[in-house]
Order: sequence, then C-alpha cells, then structure tokens
Amino acid sequence: MLKLKNIKASVEDKDILKGLNLEIKPGEIHAIMGPNGAGKSTLSSVIAGKEKFSVDAGEIEFEGEVINDLAPEERAHKGIFMSFQHPIEIPGVTTTNFVKAAVNAKRVAEGKEELTPGEMLRLIKEKSALLELDRKFLSRSLNEGFSGGEKKRNEIFQMAMLEPKLAILDETDSGLDIDALRIVANGVNMLRSPERSAIVITHYQRLLDYIVPDFVHVLYDGRIVKTGGKELALELEEKGYDWIKEEIDNK
Amino acid sequence: MSLEEKIISTFKQKNSKLAEVFNQAFELFEQKGFPTKKNEDWKYTSLKKLLKTDYSLVTEINNNIEAKDVEPFFIGADTYKVVLVDGFYNADLSHVDTDKITISSMQDAIENNAELVEKHFAKVADNNQEMVALNTISFNDGVFVNIPNNVILDKPIEVINIATGVLGDTLIQPRNLIVVGKNADAKLIERHQNISENTILTNSVTEISVGENAYYYHYKIQNDTEVSNLVDNTFVDQNRYSNAYVDTFAFGGNVTRNNLSFLLNGENAVANLDGISLLNKNQHVDNFTFVDHRVPNCDSNELYKGIYDDKSKGVFTGKVMIRKDAQNTKGDQQNNNILLSENAQINAKPQMEIYADDVKAAHGCTIGQLDDDALFFMRQRCIPLKEAKAMLMYAFASEALKNVKVEELKTQINKQIAQKLGVNIEFGV
Repeated sequence: MLKLKNIKASVEDKDILKGLNLEIKPGEIHAIMGPNGAGKSTLSSVIAGKEKFSVDAGEIEFEGEVINDLAPEERAHKGIFMSFQHPIEIPGVTTTNFVKAAVNAKRVAEGKEELTPGEMLRLIKEKSALLELDRKFLSRSLNEGFSGGEKKRNEIFQMAMLEPKLAILDETDSGLDIDALRIVANGVNMLRSPERSAIVITHYQRLLDYIVPDFVHVLYDGRIVKTGGKELALELEEKGYDWIKEEIDNK
Repeated sequence: MSLEEKIISTFKQKNSKLAEVFNQAFELFEQKGFPTKKNEDWKYTSLKKLLKTDYSLVTEINNNIEAKDVEPFFIGADTYKVVLVDGFYNADLSHVDTDKITISSMQDAIENNAELVEKHFAKVADNNQEMVALNTISFNDGVFVNIPNNVILDKPIEVINIATGVLGDTLIQPRNLIVVGKNADAKLIERHQNISENTILTNSVTEISVGENAYYYHYKIQNDTEVSNLVDNTFVDQNRYSNAYVDTFAFGGNVTRNNLSFLLNGENAVANLDGISLLNKNQHVDNFTFVDHRVPNCDSNELYKGIYDDKSKGVFTGKVMIRKDAQNTKGDQQNNNILLSENAQINAKPQMEIYADDVKAAHGCTIGQLDDDALFFMRQRCIPLKEAKAMLMYAFASEALKNVKVEELKTQINKQIAQKLGVNIEFGV
C-alpha cells in the first residue's frame, strides 16, 4: 500500500528525515515510536503532503503511484488520512458542515455523486454514535471550545466518515484519559479490515494495548533503526531509548 | 457644465419648507463643492474619477418598476417592506400595513409629520460635511420611520433602494429619517441595488434618533453591482440607556464610502459598530467611523473585519472622541484585516482623542494572511484549496456577525459570502 523509499526531508533547511525506508502492506498496523526530535511528526506530515516540508530525495509510493508531487487534498482523496496532534478550530463552520464538505469533496474527486442530505445525515448519525460523540458537538463550530479529548474524538469521527485506506494517527493518544483513549481506539479498530492500514505514532505503549500493531518501529535521527513486533513497544516502555541510541551511535 | 454647477443651478430655485437648513447647506456646498483628497477625512478615497461621469439628476418619480424586479433583493422573511426607486418612496411596491408605527415617504413626513421632522431633520447630520450638504440641498425623497414609545416591533423593516438607470448614469440621493421612541425595539435592513448597466452614484443620508432605553439594529447590505458607487452618511443620535447597532456588510459595489457617526448624548448608552468588507478586483471600501462620547458612562464597541483580494483597497478610520465630561467611558475598537494579494491594500487609522481622565479605551489593528497550518488541516480532510481558504476567511470574519439578530438575514449574508468567495459551502452555526 505505502512504500517510503530512502526519504530525505527537511524543513527550513534543517535535515530531519535522513534516508527513511518503510513498507506497509494492506491490513497492517505499524507503530512508530522514538525519542523527541527523531522525526516522527515530520514523517506523518511528509506522507500527508504538508508543503512546509521539503522532500529532497526518495519516493513516496501509494498504491503503486508516486505521490511526491500531489497536493494534500489529492492525497486525501486517494485515501490518506492524518489525525492531527492539534486539530484546528474553525469558528462559523459547524462540524456537520465541515464533514459534509469533506465527504462530498472526496466523492466528487472519486467521480461519485455527492451524498443527498438524507444519506449524509444517516452516515453522520451512525459514525458519531460509534465515537459516542454528543449530538450537540455536531452543530457547534468545528473544534471551537472543545476539550483536548473532544477534539481527538472529533478527529477519529472525521476519519470514520472518510473511511481512509491509510490512517496516520499522530500522537492521537497524548493527553487522553483512559475513557477517551478507549473510545478513540475502538474507532480505529472498527475501521480495521484486510484492505486498510494504519500508522500509529505514539510516545506511549499504553495505546498499543488497545490498537495492537503488527510491527513496531523505532525512529531515531531521521531513520528507522529497529523494527520488531508488539513486544518491542513493551521493551521500550521499560528501558527507554538510551540503549538504542547507544547501539546506533556506536556503529 | 460640471456636476457641481449642474446641481447648484438645478436646485437653487427649490422652494423648501426647511428653508433655513437648505440655505445653510446650499452656501456650504456652493463654497466647498465635493470633498477632495486634500481634506484629511478623504485622504484615502478619491471621488475624482467618479465625478468625471456626467450623471443625470433625478427630478421625477419613475413608476416603471414592478414587484418582480424588486422581489429577489428581499431576504425572504416576513418583514415590513419599503422600496425606494431612484430615491423616491414607492408606495405601490412597499408593504407596511400596520398602525403601530409610521412608515412613509420623507416628502409626506415633511408635510404631515412636520413637528417630528423639524425636531430631527438635519439635527445630527453634519451639514458641514460636503456630501451631507449636497444631499440636504438636492434630495427628492426617502423613507421616514417613526417607532412610537414602547413599541416592540414584531418584524424587521426592509428598505430596498432600487436604482433604475433609466436616465442613464444617475446620481441618486435618498434622505431618510428614523425616529425610535422610548423603550422601543426595532430592526431595519437597508440595501442598495442597481438593476441597470449604467453607472450609479448614490449619496444617501440617514438620520437615526434612538430614544431612551430603546434598542435599534440597523443592517447595511452593500452587495451592489460593479458599476455602483455609494456614499452612505449615517448619523445615530443616542439617548440615555439606549443601545444602537449598525452593521455594515460590504461585499459588492465599486467605490463605497461609509460615513458612520454615533453621537452619545445620553448617559449609559451603548454604541455597537460591526462590519465585514470582503473585496476583490478593483473594489474600494472606506469605513469612516466616528463615535462621539459626549456624556459619562457610555460604552462603544467597534469590530471591523476586512478581507482584500486582487487590487482591492480597504480603508478604516476609527475616530473616537471622549470629551472632558465623558467620565467612565469604555471604548473598544478592533480592526482586523487579511490581505490575499500583493496588490491589495488596507489603510487603517485608529484615532482616539481622549479628554476625560477616567476612561477605559482600547484599540487594536492587525493585518495578516491566511494560516498555512489551518489550510493544510482542511486540505488533509479532502477539502480543495479554494474551499479551505473560503472556510478560513469565513472563520475570520464571522465574529462580526454576532449582532445579526434576524435569522433569515444571517442566512442571506452567509450565502452572499459563499457566493462572493465562489464556493458552495453552508456557513453559519
């Protein structure tokens, strides 16, 4: 589904990713862990196409197509979704109207008809119920005055509405209490299927109890330096990153 | 013959019941003529180019307008409807069937409501201003509204100013007087619409007196065609404990100048000024505001948002005078702008003169661009760049809609904003 081939990326002339390779097959969940400043958030921004980040070398291949030059919305139309650490507030645009615009833009890009208001309403009801999202949030301005947990749940709700092929959760769990964490994880798990994949970027092993990964990667200094199964996350939780840093720095 | 000379010779012989006011204004206009950029208050707006047009002056009523010509410009709600055609009150197209209030033509009011007219006419409008003097000497008609004491108006009043262009390029000058009684509550929506291809210059004067403890809301929808120009002179006289709101939504038109003055003459009055300017191409909108705190314990709140694309130009002047006696005044003024193009311009000038010592006055002015991180967020959610920008612009401007208390009007404004931005998005909460 997604192949990152020797990606080098920089922001404001600072090299962040320094030859990163990663392959994600359909149905797989990959967790990315690593110390602060390793390049985790850059990785998600680069896949989603944030223009501030310059991809200086390497190819991002999504379903067999090189997407390096595609705009963020074109990547989103192809099925790439990224959940934000800090979702944006948009006063004057309700969550419902935002989601409508998003879903219909995707459908139009796919050559499908827009959903009728009735169909849209049914879909919104169904998905918001899964996320235990209070109806009153839907008619309020997007994320305006929402708590951190509400914003994250709203992110997963939007993901559920858009049904992406590849979901990137960028530290979605940071700052969530356990109830919110469970709801978010449920939302992600409900989308799991043999065709869908996810990248879960996290500092904490805790999330991986709920969203069980197939692989755990350690990102350090712009590269993936270690890959293992879910037990690697437990080991990292226990021992921290210093032993990995030492291993790499001594090479 | 210049326009100035034409006006002077046309109206010199006019017999007026308001002879004294008329003569004063006539003298001033004859002496000063149109304002030029040498006048500090007109530094950023030049009428020179507009005045090269040979405008026809309207001297008689044109009755060729039908209801269907006007219908599209109403907000689609149950309202009292007033239609002015080329500055003349049109009774056939107006629907004001009520005996609770008086809505009539200005001419009618001068004849039949002489006492009220005399009390208020040209009392707050400043005839030392050239454009006001011009209107005073050459207006034909307009609308007169009297909301008696204690009347809570059951529905808003809509005033549509139709420019027919039947005389070719035309100068139109409505003169309006709105008197809101003690404890009354009323809302009025004002719109100017050119239904021709001809160039229109409207120079309107509206005087509003808001009675003790009354609430008055006045919404200006400026969404006219590209050949339409407007100089709007609005003066609000506030009595004690009154609350007055004037919202100015400038989306269309060519050159628009809003001279908006609030005169706080009674203690504990609150003046509220909100505005959104959403401009592109070569549009020019100048919001020249003046709040005069003459007595103690009044508040004024001013919030103007501007978004400028292409070669459009915005001007904001926020003049606030806090006189020596106006102790315990609270004045807040915010003017926030977004420039979308390198060729767009905003000239912003907060201007506070404070002579009282117990005053809380704040002003802020910002000029910025759209936030890239926010745009990325929306595009990541499949929303194309144009729509994403539109949402951000709406989010930026929407705070200035807070005092729009008529639901259908809000819907209409949201639609006009979406239309102006070229997107099909349902705005509004």
